[in-house]
Order: sequence, then structure tokens, then C-alpha cells
Amino acid sequence: MKTEARPSVGAALERVEGVEKVTGRARYAYENFPDELAYAVPVQATVARGTVLAADVDAVVRLPGVIAAVWHGNAPRLAPADNAELAVLQSDRVSYRGQYVAVVVAETLQCAREAARLLRIDYDAEPHDVELRADHPEMYRPDRVNAGYPADTELGDPDAALAAAPVLVDATYRTPAEHNNPMEPHATVAVWSGDGLTLHDSTQGVSALRETIAPLFGMPPENVRVISPHVGGGFGSKGAALPPVVLAALAAKHAGRPVKLAVTRQQMFAVTGYRTPTIQRVRLGADTGGRLTAIVHEAFEQSSRLREFAEQTTTPTRVMYAAPDRRTAHRLVRLDVPTPAWMRAPGEAPGMFALESAMDELAVACGIDPVELRIRNEPAAEPESGLPFSSRNLVACLREGARRFGWAGRDPTPAARTRGRMLVGTGVAASTYPVYRRPSRASARCDPDDRFTVRIAAADIGTGARTILTQVAADALRVTPDRVRVEVGDTALPAASLAGGSAGTASWGTAVVRACEALLEELDRRGGDVPAEGLEATADTAEEVGEQPEYARHAFGAQFAEVGVDLDTGEARVLRLLGVFAAGRIVNPVTARSQFVGGMTMGMSMALLEESVMDHEFGDYLNHDLAQYHVPTAMDLPDVQAYWIEEDDPHLNPLGAKGIGEIGIVGTAAAVANAVHHATGVRVRDLPIRLDKLVR
Amino acid sequence: MRPFTYERPADVRSAVAAAAGRPDAAYLGGGTNLVDLMRLGVATPRTLVDVTRISSRAIEETGGGLLIGAGVRNGDLAADPLVRRAQPLLARAVLEGASGQIRNMATVAGNLLQRTRCPYFQDVTKPCNKRLPGSGCPARTGDHRNLAILGHSEHCVATHPSDMAVALAALDALVHVEGPGGARTVPMPGLHRLPGDEPDRDTVLAPGELITAVEVPHLPFAARSRYRKVRDRASFAFAVVSVAAALDVAGGVVRDCRIALGGVAHAPWRAEAAEAALRGAAATPEEFARAADAELARSSPLPRNAFKAPLLRNVLVRTLTDLAEPAGFAESEPVETP
Ligand SMILES: Cc1cc2nc3c(=O)[nH]c(=O)nc-3n(C[C@H](O)[C@H](O)[C@H](O)COP(=O)(O)OP(=O)(O)OC[C@H]3O[C@@H](n4cnc5c(N)ncnc54)[C@H](O)[C@@H]3O)c2cc1C
Ligand code: SF4
Repeated sequence: MKTEARPSVGAALERVEGVEKVTGRARYAYENFPDELAYAVPVQATVARGTVLAADVDAVVRLPGVIAAVWHGNAPRLAPADNAELAVLQSDRVSYRGQYVAVVVAETLQCAREAARLLRIDYDAEPHDVELRADHPEMYRPDRVNAGYPADTELGDPDAALAAAPVLVDATYRTPAEHNNPMEPHATVAVWSGDGLTLHDSTQGVSALRETIAPLFGMPPENVRVISPHVGGGFGSKGAALPPVVLAALAAKHAGRPVKLAVTRQQMFAVTGYRTPTIQRVRLGADTGGRLTAIVHEAFEQSSRLREFAEQTTTPTRVMYAAPDRRTAHRLVRLDVPTPAWMRAPGEAPGMFALESAMDELAVACGIDPVELRIRNEPAAEPESGLPFSSRNLVACLREGARRFGWAGRDPTPAARTRGRMLVGTGVAASTYPVYRRPSRASARCDPDDRFTVRIAAADIGTGARTILTQVAADALRVTPDRVRVEVGDTALPAASLAGGSAGTASWGTAVVRACEALLEELDRRGGDVPAEGLEATADTAEEVGEQPEYARHAFGAQFAEVGVDLDTGEARVLRLLGVFAAGRIVNPVTARSQFVGGMTMGMSMALLEESVMDHEFGDYLNHDLAQYHVPTAMDLPDVQAYWIEEDDPHLNPLGAKGIGEIGIVGTAAAVANAVHHATGVRVRDLPIRLDKLVR
Repeated sequence: MRPFTYERPADVRSAVAAAAGRPDAAYLGGGTNLVDLMRLGVATPRTLVDVTRISSRAIEETGGGLLIGAGVRNGDLAADPLVRRAQPLLARAVLEGASGQIRNMATVAGNLLQRTRCPYFQDVTKPCNKRLPGSGCPARTGDHRNLAILGHSEHCVATHPSDMAVALAALDALVHVEGPGGARTVPMPGLHRLPGDEPDRDTVLAPGELITAVEVPHLPFAARSRYRKVRDRASFAFAVVSVAAALDVAGGVVRDCRIALGGVAHAPWRAEAAEAALRGAAATPEEFARAADAELARSSPLPRNAFKAPLLRNVLVRTLTDLAEPAGFAESEPVETP
């Protein structure tokens, strides 16, 4: 029954659930309507720091249609959590403005909203501190930063090397707080039956969510089922469990009814994480030929009182360029602010804005072409660890990008080209992203009708994961993809890692391949006979992933931007953006292009548009809707192109693939900022580059 | 959500009667602003009087200009051949506002009466003199990057967000109003107030007054006009500043001109000082700069919007310079929807 098929990996298979989505049949978390459903609307703190003294829940439960009003005074008790952000309604402390302090459950959404508005809460407000400053007296060194990296690293004597360097760049860059704004805001439908809990949730990882939620409610993980077949984007904001899902489960438990809780766009600016603002000082020492002798990159960031989230901002600097003497460092301050979390390429995105801007400043200082400067500083092995790269094609990306972009013959003189009433300039930056792989399980099944079903609790957050896993399974089973059905997004399926760290394809793909191989073996053993009840095999990649040999595994890329800046107004617009990436084997060119282009678009947005404005008086992010928080329109990026260099890297995983979900955003902001400098002669070191920073 | 009644009167007279004497009633146009503000709890009408079916959707040529029904959708207005020919400035300004979908819903009257986008005004958990008189103006010391540099008061520094209103202010439009006390016309600019010590009042309209039409008088030099909007995003963003200008030049001398500014004040700002400085002056960049400075002499920027002064000067000089060049103004014809 085995048939040989042409390889599916590498082909442009259309999104397998595409028709379901465009016809509205794909069901998202919010679109579940269990019997007896009630609606939950949270109440948010209106002080940035203090205590909740009282909540007049009795008054609102008397309102017609209101089922329950819950605050810490009457909330079901949760087990202690490592992440204090998840101890929802468990204490009277207010740690940031917008924190959930109560929830109202009612028969209709309208009724719940009105009751939530009317619920009177008394606070004892305390003075708050919401301002990130590099010289904040409470700055400290976290033990580790996100993804488990050490906070600080040092090699040689960077201070002496900087002091001795013939050419020095010493600059401070700032990136603002930025908020993920996936099209689908977070939503949960929570249903209790006995001591079992079912969550229809918009999440990047059903297995991880179950592992977090179950202990909070004092249950074994098996008692929790999380269902999330379709997710309208996440970018990291749906990666870890957040207050809304806990609140939904807690409200449903208290009310004794299934409960639906949809986070509003406005609430997302307080309760679903954001990218920390950063202040970064970069010092580069070089000889007059542009060869780096020292690199120092220090980052200052914030987190909330509730949870230490330390973005790994300077970690890409540990990977990028050769230099004997070097240091990276992270410092964190805990403020009365919402808790930051993952946003597409945490660490790499802000860190590479600073490093790649500084590299451009060095190119200018040395009078060397910025493409050439990067090539000159290409390391032979990973600079800090000394490990060999499993593959590294940054130079090829730079050369190929330069060729496609038309970089050759670029006049480096700033502010020297106009087109109409526009100053025009070009810029380049490099990008990088680590290759992660996490243990996952999967099952593969064959039925007598010769159809295959692959099951894995992976997440398709709009990336096309379901589609590429279909391709991977088809090749492993040596059949055409139309005979394979992949089921994802449900804890009833074999547990899998979450969609994060651009690791989905590598992690889930490995498990799927191993499960399919096991099934084929079993089939072989049976001479190809499929029993009436079907045949199933499973795989668990924990061992394989744990035992992988030591290599420095990273994807690389190069971004080129052309920018026009209006001479009169300072309005900067990206005219052209081109990226070339080396990210192992590309499993599906259509879904891959979407990831690269989407990432680059988000990087362009980081460069010119996005900024969450902290209101110092009130302590919240002020511009909390999409009319005020700008993300790009089609007119903001008329021409964006992504290309890639196929790599044949045997040290990765059975697919030979590196992650592609995040690298597109990395470096883009620097390429745009460098182009703005080339266009205008103005070096903008604090994002976003809005017209008030350029108008003269 | 708060309960309200919804009424759909049969004609203008009964609409006015329905709203008369009820300060908690509001007329409903396309709802693109009012309904948003109701969701946010900023607007809390007890009665919505839907006027979309009784408001005229006609655009007619009168002897002296155009009469535009209050119910004309922004999208239809910008696309109307009469408007594009006779008042390209107006068509352009409307087209620069909001998005295609919103313009298809938004009405002329609703656009004129849309409320400020000041972030504090839109957040009921914070004080704001415009929303809650006497509660204070946090924008003054907080985030006022997008707010006023002209004509503001210690009580309010908000800006009026409409693009269309800036063009109408430049074009001396007349707003036709029907109220409990009868019909009247209100000249533009003049419909919108400066905040003074009553920032809760955006306009001079009395409670219950209904806008029925906008009359735009014929402007002989309308063809030499332009709307220039400066914004943070290429499309679908409110103006940081904007300029509506029309220029009548003969023999290198400015015979007449119209200039109104957006994004700088509580009302669309007719640049009277600049206009006065220009009439009879040479049509040169130097004179344009002098005129801009005359207007800006009246400005008092705040710390975070000080950039608006040089920005406005540049845009004004550029717009007038382009208009003064015969080749320049051809571009001001409305182009395709952004
Ligand atoms: C995201 C977004 C972006 C936008 N960007 C822009 C922009 O860039 N530029 C711009 O100019 N505008 C912009 N707008 C605003 C948009 O133009 C207005 O929302 C719209 O014009 C309002 O018209 P409407 O008919 O929907 O008014 P409604 O929302 O129905 O009403 C607005 C106000 O007018 C009153 N009203 C309505 N009709 C009458 C009448 N006949 N007589 C008396 N009072 C009446 C209502 O009571 C209410 O107070 C944007 C809006 C949004 C949501
Ligand atoms: S500027 Fe006006 S609208 Fe804004 S907060 Fe102050 S009073 Fe309110």
C-alpha cells in the first residue's frame, strides 16, 4: 500500500484549511456557544499601585441578568503560582493600572458590560513609578534572561580594548514599549464539568497552557482539556498563560456556568504582555580598516512588580561579529507597569536595532561600505562560545541581497539624493535568529482506506503549521499530501511544544517524522497489511532533542531598505524593502514568504510607527486602540520582497529546517533607520522615527 | 451597555421635535464616531434620533455654489463629479480622511460634529474638562503631541480632527441648521468654538439643532487649490497638521487667497493673519514664509508639540509655492482613493 510520491517538502502546497477559513467555517475560540453560556467582563484597576479596599459586588449582583460578581474578597482560591501575574483576584494588591481586580458574569454581554461599569471599587492609591531610566537606583542584574541565557557575558578586557581602539562608536539607542496586535484578540470559553475543565482558548500552545492552568486549580493536567484549532495570530502574546484565561476559568467556577471572556483591544494594552522599552548603549572599537577589536552592548529594561521578565536584548551580539574583547549585559528594573512578555523576536528585534545601527555608524566613521564592513567582521566560529556554526550564510545573504537590491555603486554621502520633494537613501542591516528545538510527541495512524492521520498538539496561529506538517508527514510516509490529515490544537492529541522561538517546524516536524517512520516500520513488519481497526504509532522526541551534538545553530539574513523623507514635513516612508535569508531548508515557499514578508513588515512598523505611550501621571499605556497605536497600512509598504538561500545543514533536525517566524523582523528596523540617515544625514537613535524627529 | 431609545422620525420637523428640550438626545448619522464613543462610555445619550433617512443625500448646484445634503456620505461626496470639478479642495480633503469603509458610512453632518481624538477625552477613567467639566486637563502636562498650538486655553488643548471641516473653513461654507427656534445658517469657520472656559462645547449649535445641509459658495480660483495633510502613517491616520489653501495670483501678485489649518486648534483654523499678509504681496516663497510667520506669531506650542510650528511653516510655504507655480496646481486634482 506504500506508494512513492514526489517530495512534498519544498512545494507550494496551499493552506490545507484555507477554504474552511475563507468560508467562515473555521471555528475560533470565541465562536463556541456551549449550553447555559454566560458572559464575563473584567474590571480593571484605575490606579497604578495600591490596594483594593472594597468592591460593591452586592449592588451589581442585584441587577437583572447578573449572575455573579467576583473580586478577591469572594474569589475561589487558587494554588500559589510561580508567576504572580496568574494569581488573579487572589489579593488586594494592585501592581499596575489595568490589572484585573474583579469580573462580572451575566446572561448577556451587554448586561455584563454594564454591570462591570457600575461595579464600584474603592482603592487606597499609592504613588507609582512607571518611568524606565538607565540610572534608576533599583536597576539590578537578573540571574538569567528570557530563553535561559546568562544576563552578562565577558571575554578579554573590553574596556582596555575600547580605550585603545583607533575608531570608536559609542551610542545609546532606545526602543519604545510595543504591543502585539494580532487580528484576533485573546478569548476564552471555559466550561467546567465536575472537576474537569474545558478551555476553548486562543493560544499558541495547548499543552503548555494545560500544564499551567491545571495546578492553579489544584488538578492533575488530565483534568484540563484545551481546544484551539484556529488562532488569529499571536506573535508571542498567546504563548504563555495570561490573566484572562485564568479569570475565565475562575469566573466559570464561581458562577457554576460556562463562561465566555473576550479581551478587548483596549485591555490588550494592559493584560496580554508587550515588548519592554529598552535603553541600549553600544560601544564598538575598531581599527581604521573597520575590523572590530571590542564590542560592548548593555541593555536597560523594565518588568512589572509581579513577574520578572528580562528580555534577552543583547544576546544576538554574542553571535554576530568577531572581536577578541567583548561584553554584553542586561539590567532590569521592576516598576508599577504591566508585565512585559514575548513579542516577535524578543531580544533579537530590539537588540539588533541597536547593534546594526551602531555597525552603520561604524561604517560611516571608517568610510567603509556597510555591506563590506559586515563581511570583514565575519567570525570563523560563534564568537563567545567558540562553537562551530552548523551553517552560517550571512555573507551570502549580504551579497545576494546587495545584488538584487542594486546596492553596488552606492554613494555613501548622506543627504545627497532627492526624488521630487523627497530625500532618498538606502540602508542595510543583518539579521539573525537562533535555531531552537523542543521535545514533542506525535502519533501517526493508518486506516484501511489508506488514509493517514497525524496527531500532534501543535498550534497553527496562522503561520501554516498544519499545512507544512502535512507536507512533512507526506514525505515521511512517502505518499501524496492529499492522503494525510493533520490534527493540531487540542490537548487530546499527543503533547507538543508551543508555537514560539520560531521552533514549531523543527520541534513538531521532528516528532511527526519519527511517528511516521515508526508507523512505516510497523506496517513493514506486517507486510503492509492495515488491520480493520487501523494501525497507529507514536513518537516522543525528548531524548533525540536532548542529545543533539553541540553546534551554534542560527539563521541569518540581510535586509535592504530604501526610504524617502519628505523635505518639508519629515514624513519618512519605506519605498522598498528587500530581505534575503538563510534559514535551512524552506518547507513551503508560500507560507515561508508570508513569514518573511510579515516579519519585515512588522520591522518596518517598529522603525516608523509603533510606540506604546506610557502616561506618567496615570501609569498606563495611553494609546490603547488601533486608531492611536499605528500598525502599517498597505500604503506604508508598497514594495516588500523576500528571498532565501537554501542551506543543506545536516546538524539541525530531520527536516534540515531553521525557524523563519521571527527573523524577518530582526534587523529591519535598523535597515530603515540606516536608510533614513543616508537620506537625511540625521541619525535617529530612538524609535519610532516619526516626523517630529526629522522636521527642520 | 446603557439602555437608550432609538427613534427614526419621518421628517426633519419631527426629528427636531424629538430632540427638543432633551439634552440627553443625540442625532445619529453614520455612527462611526458616536457609536464608538457610546461603547467607550464617553457619550451616553438616552435617546438616539436617527436622521440618516431624512437627511438629504443630494448634491445640487445652486446659483452661487453647491448645496450638499447633511446625509451625503463622505465617500459619495469625494467621488461626486460636481464637487470634484467645482470644489477639488473639498473632494481632496474628504478623501484624505479615515478609510474607505468609514467614508462610506460617515455623513457630512457627522463629520463636522465628530469629537476630538484627545486620548484623555476617550478614556472615562481619566479626568477631562471636555468630557467632565471641571475635572481637569491632563493633556496639558501629559501627552499632547497631537494637540493644539493655536487658540487653546488652560482648560483644554484639544484639536478638531476633521479634514473636511478644514476645507469648508477655507471655502467660507455655510452650515444650514434647523432647530427648535427655526432655521438659520452658521458660517464656517465659526461653527466650531475655541475652548475658552467651556471646552465641553465644541460648536455654537444650540441643543437640538440639526444640520440639514452645507452650502459651499462658488470660488472663482477654486481650481488653484490644494489640501495637504501631514500624518504619521501613509493612510488611515488623523492629520498631525494640514493645510487647505487656494490662491489667486495675477502678474506674480496674490490677489486673493484662502488658508485654513487643521490639527492645530480646537476648530478648523482660518489663517486670517496669513491671508491678510498675503493679499497684495508678491507670490514668492519669501512672502509665503512671512505670511506663515504672521500666523505662527499667534501660536503657543506646548513642550511636546513644539515641532508643529516649524512643520506648519514648511507645509504652508510649500503648499503656497506649489500653488503659485502654474505647473504645480495641476496635481491638486483629486486622485484615486488612497
Ligand atoms: C479609525 C478612524 C479614523 C478616522 N480618521 C479620520 C481622518 O483621518 N480624518 C477625518 O476627518 N475623520 C476621520 N475619522 C472620523 C470620521 O470622519 C467620522 O467618524 C465621521 O465623519 C463621522 O460621521 P458620522 O456620520 O458617522 O457621524 P456620527 O458618528 O453619526 O455622529 C457624529 C456626531 O455628529 C452628530 N450628528 C450627526 N448627524 C447630525 C446632524 N444632522 N445634525 C446635528 N448633529 C449630527 C452626532 O450626534 C454626533 O455627535 C476617523 C474615524 C475613525 C473611526
Ligand atoms: S485637551 Fe481637552 S479633551 Fe483633552 S484632556 Fe484636556 S480638556 Fe480633555
